[in-house]
Amino acid sequence: MTEATEREVGRARLRKEDARLVTGQTTWTDNIQMTGLLHLAILRSPMAHARVDRVDVSPALERPGVVAAFAGRDLADGLGSLPCAWPVTEDIVMPDHPPVAVDEVRYAGDPVAVVVARDRYAAADALEAIEVDYTPLPPVLDLEAALAEDAPLVHADKGTNRCYVWPLATGEDYARVKERADVVLTRRYRQQRLIPSAMEPRAVVVTPLPASGEYTLHSTTQIPHILRIMLAMVTGIPEHKLRVIAPDVGGGFGSKLQVYGEEALALAVARRLGRPVKWTESRSEGCLATHHGRGMIQDVEIAATREGRLLGLKVDLLADMGAYLMLVTPGVPILGAFMYPGIYKMDAYDFTCTGVFTTRTPTDAYRGAGRPEATFAIERIMDELAAELGLDPIELRRRNWIRREEFPYPSIAGLTYDSGDYAAATDKALALFGYDDLRAEQQKRHERGDPVRLGIGVSTYTEMCGLAPSRVLGDLRYGAGGWEAASIRMLPTGKVEVVTGTSPHGQGHVTSWSQIAADVLGVPFEDVEVVHGDTKAAPQGMDTYGSRSLVVGGAAVHQAAVKVVGKARKVAAHLLEADEDDLDFAGGVFSVKGSPEARTTIQEIAFAAFSSHDMPEGMEPTINAEHVMDPENFSYPHGTHLCAVEVDTETGRSTIRSYVCVDDVGRVVNPLIVEGQVHGGVAQGIGQALYEEAVYDDEGNLVSGTLADYLVPSAVDLPDFVTDRTETPATSNPLGAKGVGESGTIAATPAVVNAIVDALRPLGVTDVAMPCTPQRVWQAIEEASA
Amino acid sequence: MTRISVTVDGTTYEDEVEPRLLLVHYLRDRLGLTGTPVGCDTSNCGACTVDLDGESAKSCSVLAVQADGSEVTTVQGLARGDAWHPLQQAFRERHALQCGYCTPGMIMAARDLLRENPAPTADEVRHALEGNLCRCTGYQNIVRAVLAASGQEVAS
Repeated sequence: MTEATEREVGRARLRKEDARLVTGQTTWTDNIQMTGLLHLAILRSPMAHARVDRVDVSPALERPGVVAAFAGRDLADGLGSLPCAWPVTEDIVMPDHPPVAVDEVRYAGDPVAVVVARDRYAAADALEAIEVDYTPLPPVLDLEAALAEDAPLVHADKGTNRCYVWPLATGEDYARVKERADVVLTRRYRQQRLIPSAMEPRAVVVTPLPASGEYTLHSTTQIPHILRIMLAMVTGIPEHKLRVIAPDVGGGFGSKLQVYGEEALALAVARRLGRPVKWTESRSEGCLATHHGRGMIQDVEIAATREGRLLGLKVDLLADMGAYLMLVTPGVPILGAFMYPGIYKMDAYDFTCTGVFTTRTPTDAYRGAGRPEATFAIERIMDELAAELGLDPIELRRRNWIRREEFPYPSIAGLTYDSGDYAAATDKALALFGYDDLRAEQQKRHERGDPVRLGIGVSTYTEMCGLAPSRVLGDLRYGAGGWEAASIRMLPTGKVEVVTGTSPHGQGHVTSWSQIAADVLGVPFEDVEVVHGDTKAAPQGMDTYGSRSLVVGGAAVHQAAVKVVGKARKVAAHLLEADEDDLDFAGGVFSVKGSPEARTTIQEIAFAAFSSHDMPEGMEPTINAEHVMDPENFSYPHGTHLCAVEVDTETGRSTIRSYVCVDDVGRVVNPLIVEGQVHGGVAQGIGQALYEEAVYDDEGNLVSGTLADYLVPSAVDLPDFVTDRTETPATSNPLGAKGVGESGTIAATPAVVNAIVDALRPLGVTDVAMPCTPQRVWQAIEEASA
Repeated sequence: MTRISVTVDGTTYEDEVEPRLLLVHYLRDRLGLTGTPVGCDTSNCGACTVDLDGESAKSCSVLAVQADGSEVTTVQGLARGDAWHPLQQAFRERHALQCGYCTPGMIMAARDLLRENPAPTADEVRHALEGNLCRCTGYQNIVRAVLAASGQEVAS
């Protein structure tokens, strides 16, 4: 690509998606209405753990408007176990997961029966008529107690609550390295459970065509392609008879990267009744039944020299699987396994993760998926080590991070970091933040005994994303590949259709993919349409998660467009009676070197190839092309986030005063969209640090199960963010992009908690458990002064 | 069943409704005005915010029968032909939406604010929108958009 043709990439284009969304002309799944549509409602277990002795749905059938009702046993025929696609070890314990419980319920919210009625109110009403007898069984809630010999079992037939043990030991022997250390710090951090809380609740609509055995399923999903394959396997509906559509999808953050029981149920019920069926969750139902994120106990040990050189890191992780293994439940902590060493050099790394079953909602991917937890642990303990050694936390990091000239760098955990410049990002962030001035103010406040302390938190993160290399995913026992597909159709009138396998739900792919294609093809941005999220229209894809869409899917669009230009060049050379090598291509125009009047446009070529009256000898008609991208490496965004927090020691309240982030996400296609992703990501990271927690009581009931109890931060709970970037291109894709969907969430949580602890360290506080509520902060101060 | 007459986005509808029918379900399921979405069941998220007789209201917390004789404006009634409301324009220009699910409610709540306070500060915007949750944007661009729509200079 010559510079003259790069009109679009790097430009802050306003989004094509917005016109529909700001005017209310949306296509959310719950908007779908049709004649004869039936509504499905689900009766859920009110108990965390119980034997189901009897389910009688017949009273519900007497209720007005009710068409059918089913207990788990009624649906068990023709409805298999919900899938887990990531059995991380050979001997992993994989329990059965029926979409509707048959003999036993294992979390509050586990489905026990289904009602189908003519409208949503009638369906909801009829649920209360269903009779269920339960025999309570002991809940399993504590990760450590669950592993005891005599612990009650979530899945009695499996004989253990231990799902798997996954070890990774790299570099030198950790125990030996530890002997050389002057300082060894051990800390326990707790990753509380989070409820992803995408603003659009889940919904599914199934339209059957009984005569031909075809089904169309609309779902609030991030993964229409994976969903189609998995639902075919769960329901036995042949894959080619099942069409999955993800229409407008209102956020996901991993929570819609799932194959949900309700999706399988809607298919099963529509098949049974031969009628269209809709299910829409209420928010409080979603809090119980949409998967949760995080939920880990981290025992972390770091060994270093007196000068602050890291020698080794040991991590023992207990990861809460919840009651069942869903699509990638076991793999989430494993994605983190490679990131605990962060941006630092060391000699030994020893990691073990133990997956544990509990009687709580299953966990699975939530924005960052394993990597925020890892980054939190390393960035928190780096601050503790700095305090122990009497070093500035930035200085400690400088002494250990990988230097610019050392890339590509083989990380201690076995990854190859391809590019980065940690010093550049940090220096920029320090300047924007006014680091030295804030440190001076902090000191002054401390000296005068100000009840409102100032704390400064540092997070110099990296992450692995752009979930790709199929080969590596295979080595990790993940069930699918990591490629992404794109095809480009040059329409006869010169307009362009880009078909992508990614499935956006807020990320603005339509806009960014248009920019990429417009540049390569030399066509106007406005002339490009992007087709996605429908397995019939965009048949090949691996969907959207893991900050993979741009670096894999966007790159596929780029490569497909390059192929189109290659084909167009052949046709142009033929029509202009020139040699291919003698053609220039810029701004959509092919011209013969030295005789610029001999020219033709890519639109003219598109028409010529459509009519195909005069194609080069042996060339197929049309210049359409497709490309399947499978990068050889992950991508590694990095950056430095700095947070200043004022902590009122009398009330325990923490207020973020300033937040600066300098991110390196490689080459940027649309800076407006990138900034938006950073804002939203940081907001969710702050949410974990300060506000959010799925709280369970001792019986295993979800206490924070509505938006009145679960604190999704509002506009008054969040600060303005100062954002900036450095740009070291990724080497694993032709765009040089690294992905930005998760970086903010990964970076922010430790920056905030480090700031709070930094404010209180002079008072003897060394940790505050998340979320750092005023009560917890106040208690930490009280305990430290006791 | 109760007979109601409600004017929504300039059109008057007469309908028989169950007394318990929520206004938002009346708009969505009966009138097909699906531009107003539902985001929660505790009136915390504000996604369903509409204008009810000149005041913003969460339409999940109002019964359709309570709206009898009222004028309702939804996000679908803001544009005049091809001309968008300044808030719709500003939300796009300032990238104040990502998935867009909270956007209708956010715009309707902001419209209510600007009617009462035509030149709010950033802090006033944040407080006015406290009852409208967004999970995508972190709110900064929403605040910028509302300030821009009010005609004030906004740092980018």
